[in-house]
Amino acid sequence: MQISLTPESIVKFGDFSVTNTVLMTVVISALIIISSVIVGKRAKHKKTKHKPKGLHHISEVVLELLLDLADSITGNREQSKKFFPYVATIFIFVILSNWIELVPGLGTVGVYQMHHGERELIPFIRSNSADLNMTLAIALVSVVMAQIMGISALGLKKYGKKFLVSPLKKPYFVGTFVGLLEIISEFAKIVSFSFRLFGNIFAGEVLLTVMLMLVPYFIPLPFLFLELFVGFVQAMVFAMLTLVFFKMATEEAH
Amino acid sequence: MIEETKAVSEGIMQNTEAAKSIAAAIAMGLGAIGPGLGIGILASKAMEAIGRNPEATSKIQTAMILAIAFTEAIAIYALVVALIIKFV
Repeated sequence: MQISLTPESIVKFGDFSVTNTVLMTVVISALIIISSVIVGKRAKHKKTKHKPKGLHHISEVVLELLLDLADSITGNREQSKKFFPYVATIFIFVILSNWIELVPGLGTVGVYQMHHGERELIPFIRSNSADLNMTLAIALVSVVMAQIMGISALGLKKYGKKFLVSPLKKPYFVGTFVGLLEIISEFAKIVSFSFRLFGNIFAGEVLLTVMLMLVPYFIPLPFLFLELFVGFVQAMVFAMLTLVFFKMATEEAH
Repeated sequence: MIEETKAVSEGIMQNTEAAKSIAAAIAMGLGAIGPGLGIGILASKAMEAIGRNPEATSKIQTAMILAIAFTEAIAIYALVVALIIKFV
């Protein structure tokens, strides 16, 4: 049983190594794209008011729940429709990546390869949220999107006034200091987003691997339920936090 | 007594595996105190608020879960440091 902080690479194309998390990302993206194509085609064929069935029905339910959740935070239907595509994509992608570690075969189904002179088992299934590259990427995109949403809603000057408060106006110098702190807190958001998701999911994987190694039958069941719950909560927290940052970025300063 | 303690701790410091394990254990253990207290305070205030006003339960619940995820992230940072010490 080996636990490594970094994902293990399966194939190398020159300098670019295809790791097992990249494989999982491709699988999940293919799943999402194929199901959206199927549901989109069926949604267009609605001639009369026939009831949606199967995948179409589930997708409608999930999207309606997410839209209501977005409404409860923004309070404004127009605004939540603007933010909704990005936030819902994050939610669906992250929850699928978190839940893929529950698939049987975590850490066990793989290939034997020579790494650093030793013959190691490279597992195929490793949740791609347990890869700091992916969580960092999503965090960066989210924070940059928040800035873009703020600039597009308020205009560059007004949005810049939140961060660069001039020291000659009312809260002298304290205002400038607070503005600088806001810039630093944007970077802290990137770090906190990526490490929160990475830490939770990686710790869950380690827990599952250890539990399954110790007692393979029945005892890991509560831990699997715990991982199910944690995966859902982390995805929801990521999406809701992104939504809250979007809302905070698009509202006027005081 | 002091001689023995010194000898034991010197022995631990020579052996990097042992030092790593102890460091990881201390990092995670101390790092879990703060968030544990924080989540307890959060949840208790949320329960009070729900008890006072049961109609606003879903709003309070949503905000509470968000706040708990924030505080739990601090414990996760400690966990990541412990894992890095142990496995890297």
